[in-house]
Amino acid sequence: MIQAPANPALLQAMGELFVSFPHCVALGFQYLGNEGRKPTLKVEWRDDLVGNPVTGVVHGGVITSIIDTCSGIAVTAHMDELETIATLDLRIDYLKAATPGKAIYCTAECYRMANQIAFTRAVCYHDSPDDPIAHGVATFMRDSNPKPMLLKEGGA
Amino acid sequence: MSAFMETFSRLRDEKRYDEIIAAVPYARLMGVEFGEDEQGELLFRLPFHERNVGNVTLPALHGGLIGGFLENAALLHLMCNRESLETPKIVDFSLDYLRSGRAQTLYAQCEITKQGKRVAHVLIEAWQEDRSKPVAVARAHFLLTTGN
Repeated sequence: MIQAPANPALLQAMGELFVSFPHCVALGFQYLGNEGRKPTLKVEWRDDLVGNPVTGVVHGGVITSIIDTCSGIAVTAHMDELETIATLDLRIDYLKAATPGKAIYCTAECYRMANQIAFTRAVCYHDSPDDPIAHGVATFMRDSNPKPMLLKEGGA
Repeated sequence: MSAFMETFSRLRDEKRYDEIIAAVPYARLMGVEFGEDEQGELLFRLPFHERNVGNVTLPALHGGLIGGFLENAALLHLMCNRESLETPKIVDFSLDYLRSGRAQTLYAQCEITKQGKRVAHVLIEAWQEDRSKPVAVARAHFLLTTGN
């Protein structure tokens, strides 16, 4: 059975908020929604996101950004109420080169929500999460900052 | 060797670092700059740009962007410090966030801890005003050959 988000409205608001951050807008991240507590983001291939000008393969930094962002959203799927989080560490395994010209999807889940730390894992892929390009694990500090992430958006 | 790597090799030897950045689209999008410090070591700089912000209320640089900047620094540092002109391929990248990145220039410097026949290990450190207070530290493994 798929576990529903702790607060579906909060998850939706956070998904939309996270992709509205300037750097996510600059990269063109889209929030595609969630399956239970697993959010999915998408980034279209663009020539200004390329890291290797010979092959046209997207820069690893784009993968890092989408995994960091999607994993953060996955943590918010476990929140009853809004709290701030901050990435503590992140590790990416580059399993194979992304295909130039194809959109990249990222699906993440928070597999352990402890009192102070949230633990996440994520995969990036083109067609199926079973055929991943990259795998990322991260930890987040919970309640990292007293300042709310939302000022005017009011999603929570 | 590809035409790009021939160009890269020439730009590197002539220390035309801005033109190397101009050839890497994502590095250009981030706004990366690099050159040599007083000791002749490569120093990477990321001047503040609004489009690199993650959390807008602090404001702080996006964590993924910091990762991209450091990963790019590691790759260029490695490519500038080895003879072979095969492009190294990143295998894995691990990043520890120590402080939030403020709306200021972010600096990074790298150290090749090991360069073996097949694999290189690179350490990367990022800071802003005070080098003794790093914003992030990272390490990366690169494959150096395209063989099996």
